[in-house]
Amino acid sequence: MTLNCGKQTVGKRLLAAFREAGAEEVAPDILLPAESLLDLYGEDIRARAYVTSDPIRGEMMLRPDFTVPVVQAHMENGAEPARYCYLGEVFRKQDMGDTRSETPRDNEYLQAGFELFSHETGADAEVFALFYRLLSPYGARAETGDMGLLLDAVRGLPLPAPRRDALLHHIWRAGRFQQLLVRFSAETRPRDFPQNVASWTGLRSTAEMQARIDRLRADAGSPPLPAIWTERLKRLFAVRAPASEAVVMLRELALEWPEIAGAVERIVTRFDKIARAGVAPEQVVFDASHGRTTMEYYDGFTFSFMAGDRGWPPIASGGRYDALTSVLGKGRRIPAVGGIIRPGLLAELETA
Amino acid sequence: MIRLGVPSKGRLMEQTFDWFADRGVRLSRSGSDREYAGQVEGAEGVSLVLLSAGEIPRELRAGRIELGVTGTDLIREKLAGWKSDIVEVVPMGFGHADLILAVPECWCDCDNLDDLTSIARDFRAAHGFRLRIATKYHRLVRAWLAAHEVADYQLVDSQGATEGTVANQTAEAIADITSSGATLRANNLKILSEEPILRSQATLFANQAAMDPNMKRFLNQLGL
Repeated sequence: MTLNCGKQTVGKRLLAAFREAGAEEVAPDILLPAESLLDLYGEDIRARAYVTSDPIRGEMMLRPDFTVPVVQAHMENGAEPARYCYLGEVFRKQDMGDTRSETPRDNEYLQAGFELFSHETGADAEVFALFYRLLSPYGARAETGDMGLLLDAVRGLPLPAPRRDALLHHIWRAGRFQQLLVRFSAETRPRDFPQNVASWTGLRSTAEMQARIDRLRADAGSPPLPAIWTERLKRLFAVRAPASEAVVMLRELALEWPEIAGAVERIVTRFDKIARAGVAPEQVVFDASHGRTTMEYYDGFTFSFMAGDRGWPPIASGGRYDALTSVLGKGRRIPAVGGIIRPGLLAELETA
Repeated sequence: MIRLGVPSKGRLMEQTFDWFADRGVRLSRSGSDREYAGQVEGAEGVSLVLLSAGEIPRELRAGRIELGVTGTDLIREKLAGWKSDIVEVVPMGFGHADLILAVPECWCDCDNLDDLTSIARDFRAAHGFRLRIATKYHRLVRAWLAAHEVADYQLVDSQGATEGTVANQTAEAIADITSSGATLRANNLKILSEEPILRSQATLFANQAAMDPNMKRFLNQLGL
């Protein structure tokens, strides 16, 4: 236990700033039903979340993240546009692998967050400029990305639908994405599926297996993806520069890749709005690969703020998660963007 | 006093006793077969503690025993950050077992992890939940699957009879320790053609804090 008055003070100050920006304060439960969170996040979060059991409610999880409960609450009874803010602990186990760290990271830390549910086109810029204004006094460096750009880029590849869908699915997993890309860029050898005499076992049905075999057989005739596309993807993923320069590079790429032109213009418009909100695009890094290493539920704009020593986690992060609202809204969907700041890290910066 | 923890029953105990006997130290169970007390002859200042193999990692880290014989799989699974507390003294050459991933033999479209990744994605879309892998080695399996960037799966806990979970439809695949593969075949399962998640064998481990001159003398006597 450490004296936490420092981080509480910083957290309350952030909360007050979020309220001043029009947000209503919400206080999600600390103990959340585990099932929907596990299905959404998968094993990555299970490895890091504290799961416990309740005799009546079943498996419960100590809040690993605020976004999901805030979205759930909004989808049930929120009106638009809505701005929410919150301050509270999240809990993440720190499994140290084979060697125990000398400086273990906290397994319980404060998050102060702001979430905006709105159809307004300026929503990304509003959230980002608010975070920038709160964090620039700490010398934080802002990095941004856009998953919509990468998703459009992959959708625009001249590939049969099953191949395109596989790439889209694994865009957050760089190694697997690359492996698929290499496979799709070469001639496909037809594959044998030797029947065996083993009795059928398990829940997966023969029809499911047959559907996959049919898909793979049809795929074997696909022409290789021309090498120029791997080259273009590589150039796109490598775009990393102050936003003012990055948009020039992106527009150049869009000349030979018209499918990304729409996404590039959305990025240009967003940075115009961010500039009008008082943040010079020269001060903000745009990294086309940024969103690939963040939470998988971000499907548009992404951002993080870095400060302190090397090896520090981001002091703030966030992004757009439109698809998550439709997953949790059971059909209803609302455009949403938001982010969190870690008051504990800011308090450390203040005392350093 | 060096407290030596040894599995309290079965082949693992007998082979451990043989291994020490070959090096001039006679371990034995005192009294009847049901009694978990032991004797050490041929070494000074060493006592025998008979324990369940699964408890040896925990007892070693806690410092309630100084030396222990157990599988590498159990140390790695049960002790996060084990290298900070435990020294791997010597692999003992028996108790070999591989931690592997197995799927139904009838899946003729599944040879390797790439196939399983693709099947998991289809399965999740078709059934509305993630493909289930039954195991008791949660940390090892999760870390291995994460390193290979497998998505769309979930681990389900199985502390025994893991091979039966697929037929019972509580899992689609399993990750378990196998030595011969006979139980897998009997349950219509096949091993993916990948390197095992872990090759395990019985190993002599020591608590790092107990590596004093006394310990060195004893290990010397064992020819280590």
